[in-house]
Amino acid sequence: MTTPLRLHVRPRGAGGEVEFELLLDVPSDLKYVGPAVDLIAARCRHGALSPRRVEFNLRTALAEALANAIAYGNHQDPSRVVRVRVEASRAWLRIHVTDDGAGFDPAVVPDPTLPGRLEREDGRGLFVLRSLVDHVTFNEKGNSVCLTLRAG
Amino acid sequence: MGFSLTQKKPGVVMVGVDGQLIVGNRQELKQKVLDALDGGTNKFVIDFSRTGYIDSSGLGVLVSLSKKIREQGGDLRLAGLNDDLQTLFELTKLDTLFSIAKTPEEALAAFSP
Repeated sequence: MTTPLRLHVRPRGAGGEVEFELLLDVPSDLKYVGPAVDLIAARCRHGALSPRRVEFNLRTALAEALANAIAYGNHQDPSRVVRVRVEASRAWLRIHVTDDGAGFDPAVVPDPTLPGRLEREDGRGLFVLRSLVDHVTFNEKGNSVCLTLRAG
Repeated sequence: MGFSLTQKKPGVVMVGVDGQLIVGNRQELKQKVLDALDGGTNKFVIDFSRTGYIDSSGLGVLVSLSKKIREQGGDLRLAGLNDDLQTLFELTKLDTLFSIAKTPEEALAAFSP
């Protein structure tokens, strides 16, 4: 697949906690979720996280965040992009995923493990995301999520 | 990367998931299994021995396929989950919805005869 994905690496360092940043714009098409996750995971393989956490926790959580942003934030509108920014330090990795949507209130998303919801096809994304990283925060508008994975 | 369907014994198809099962490729898996179901197969083992990660869309497609297969009197079993994937099924309580075997061979053996 020819890909429009271009990963930018920005060294930071110079005494600060963040060693480098990764920047990636992802077109709002779900077919780019896998390739975008591959690009970011490849650059994070030798950092703060163990290879196992990169291959499973980071990949799965980033796929969830991207899919939510593309499908619900940008409504798969090809003229919009989802912006990914990764900040990497020795102690943690922080991933920001931002869409152009109106945002949502994460507090009102129902628990997908309740008996009445267990056999539903959808509605597990946020739950899975929260389960796989150490910390999840949203901006006030609800169109940008920040995932923190601590070293280890 | 991709999905392979192999008939392992009469009426039972093994589906290998190579790489990942996520939002970008779940539809392909769904279609392949539904085509086999239309063709008369109603017992399936999904083998995750070569799978790196599964997102919530992938989990969702397994839930909907399982429901469709059971409606047609069949069954869908899962096998070969690594520790992380097993934990994902436990966290989402989907381990209560599926028969999960350690190996694809065990899952196959559970389909009699």
